[in-house]
Amino acid sequence: MAVMEYIDAIRLAMKEEMERDSEVFVLGEDVGVKGGVFTTTKGLYEQFGEERALDTPLAESAIAGVAIGAAMVGMKPIAEMQYSDFMFPATNQIISEAAKIRYRSNNDWTCPLVIRAPIGGGVAGGLYHSQCPESVFFGTPGLKIVAPATAYDAKGLLKAAVRDPDPVIFFENKKCYRMITGDVPDDDYIVPIGKANVLREGTDITVIGYSLPLHYALQAAEELAKEGISAHILDLRTIQPLDREAILEAAAKTGKVLIIHEDNKTGGVGAEVSAIISEELLYDLDAPIKRLCGPDIPAMPFSPPLEKFFMLSKDKVKEAMRQLALF
Amino acid sequence: MTPDVTVRQKMKHEELGLTNAQAIEMYRMMVLARKYDERALLLQRAGKINFHVSGIGQEAAQVAAAFALDQNKDYFLPYYRDYGFVLSVGMTVRELMLALFGKVQDPNSGGRQMPGHFGCKRLRIVTSSSPVTTQVPHAVGIALAAKMRKEDSVSFVTLGEGSSNQGDFHEGCNFAGVHKVPAIIMVENNQYAISVPIAKQVAGRISDRALGYGFPGVRVDGCDVLEVFRVMKEARERAVRGEGPTLIEAMMYRLSPHSTSDNDLAYRTKEEVDANWEKDGIPRYKAYLMECGIWSEEDEAKLLAELKAIIDDATAYGEQASFPQPEDALTHVYAEEERGTWQ
Repeated sequence: MAVMEYIDAIRLAMKEEMERDSEVFVLGEDVGVKGGVFTTTKGLYEQFGEERALDTPLAESAIAGVAIGAAMVGMKPIAEMQYSDFMFPATNQIISEAAKIRYRSNNDWTCPLVIRAPIGGGVAGGLYHSQCPESVFFGTPGLKIVAPATAYDAKGLLKAAVRDPDPVIFFENKKCYRMITGDVPDDDYIVPIGKANVLREGTDITVIGYSLPLHYALQAAEELAKEGISAHILDLRTIQPLDREAILEAAAKTGKVLIIHEDNKTGGVGAEVSAIISEELLYDLDAPIKRLCGPDIPAMPFSPPLEKFFMLSKDKVKEAMRQLALF
Repeated sequence: MTPDVTVRQKMKHEELGLTNAQAIEMYRMMVLARKYDERALLLQRAGKINFHVSGIGQEAAQVAAAFALDQNKDYFLPYYRDYGFVLSVGMTVRELMLALFGKVQDPNSGGRQMPGHFGCKRLRIVTSSSPVTTQVPHAVGIALAAKMRKEDSVSFVTLGEGSSNQGDFHEGCNFAGVHKVPAIIMVENNQYAISVPIAKQVAGRISDRALGYGFPGVRVDGCDVLEVFRVMKEARERAVRGEGPTLIEAMMYRLSPHSTSDNDLAYRTKEEVDANWEKDGIPRYKAYLMECGIWSEEDEAKLLAELKAIIDDATAYGEQASFPQPEDALTHVYAEEERGTWQ
């Protein structure tokens, strides 16, 4: 067991999977010699050579499309989109190709592909280095989508994604890269795709979310405990397929639900989580379901006060939690 | 085309390494594709099927390409007009009919996709979609895998000239050139992208684009089956020698409307279409085989009768085959063992 940064856990997962299986390889812009613009793939080129830490031309649709081709003949590519903001040129390849290959061939062909893409703001990235594009891909049958919040989950979910027989989008949070550290076992463990995780047990309110904002919720919960408010926090970890059972269990536990994510509020994952709870548990609730998300404006303006306005924070989450508790 | 044939001189197909039997089999496949296509058009007009997208006029290049490839090693990414190709690599007319009628045993998709969207692992035909040219990066990825695994196989992909304007064509070709992968990209330039003629699709020659990608681009008469075979054979040899991709632009003419939903005389004249029937590759190749003395009108009559029987049988087979069960729509979204947990 070692304490490491979230980004180190991602790198370790790739290294271990590449050591385990010679058909696993990484491709993308700057992933080879440079080791990635965030250093996520650092050392893979030296250890595995240029073919398995493959610097590609600057063309995202080809990165996805070439990876799909390789995956269809049994390779296990990990395609890196340098920023999720730059993933949109590859959207057709991901949604119309990767997601439908098994279905459209009636199970004859498969696409065991991983697409890694950094999401999220708060890094002075402006409109095109800060986006959370989950809602674009969410709801596409055939895709799995994971978004870890902790270093432990980052390693375990990425390893699970590599071994998954279907295409998985791995949304890693770039603000978490260095900000989040945690215990990460050296051994070969997996975090199963499709399973949520209770981060904190509580009795008054339930917070459901994924990725970075959960850390704000954890900090806020500590402080609110001193005010006598007990928060239950559920990390979805996988946003497609959603862990319905865990969502309903967490919601039923307190009867008061706050859903948080950085992606825009309208059409976000939170809307679906809310709908699941409404369909199954409406009469068990003690308060309307609340959502605290990025506002419905492009994510996110560059100037510091504008960026801060967009981002969730411990204080914003804490206030939303307190209001819900007081309802 | 006037092949210079004497008793002592080798015939062109022999020079290319094809036996008489292979040369005749190529002709048989061209005619089979044509007859299948004509039957599909008839079935649509008769209201028996919903939709057919035709490849009439393109069979020569398709069949030639198939015969130049290795059916045990190579991967194939044909586009939706490539009946001549898929028949030549082993798809049966019955299988095509199952797809045409949307039946459950359609090996391409179990009736999930429109006809003409090929895919069959048994035949190394990679599954395809309708947004055009998405298959080019796939072919490059498959070729990349062959290179990484040090296999002597190539991936072969086709598309139309209109599709060559898509970003995926450029991105795929560029990637293929940079990483020198064993891929052959064949543009079937049939002069029309639905209604828009070549002059409004591209201002230059598609084969010239290869220059910018750093590999050879060849323009070939796509109605000359032996010429396409020659060019394809060279491209495959280059690829397995590790010399990288080749772009082939096969010139032809789409003799049919775009699909059964299209009225082509709204944008082109009957005179233009008729003039292009004169260049059809099938009678040209038949004349060549007859000049070689290995084909006769008697053989032709026998062939047509044989093919009609095959197509009649396949039509009845396809029509009578079972449809999928409605709830079959729910299967194979994800790997089967995971069904039930979250579907």
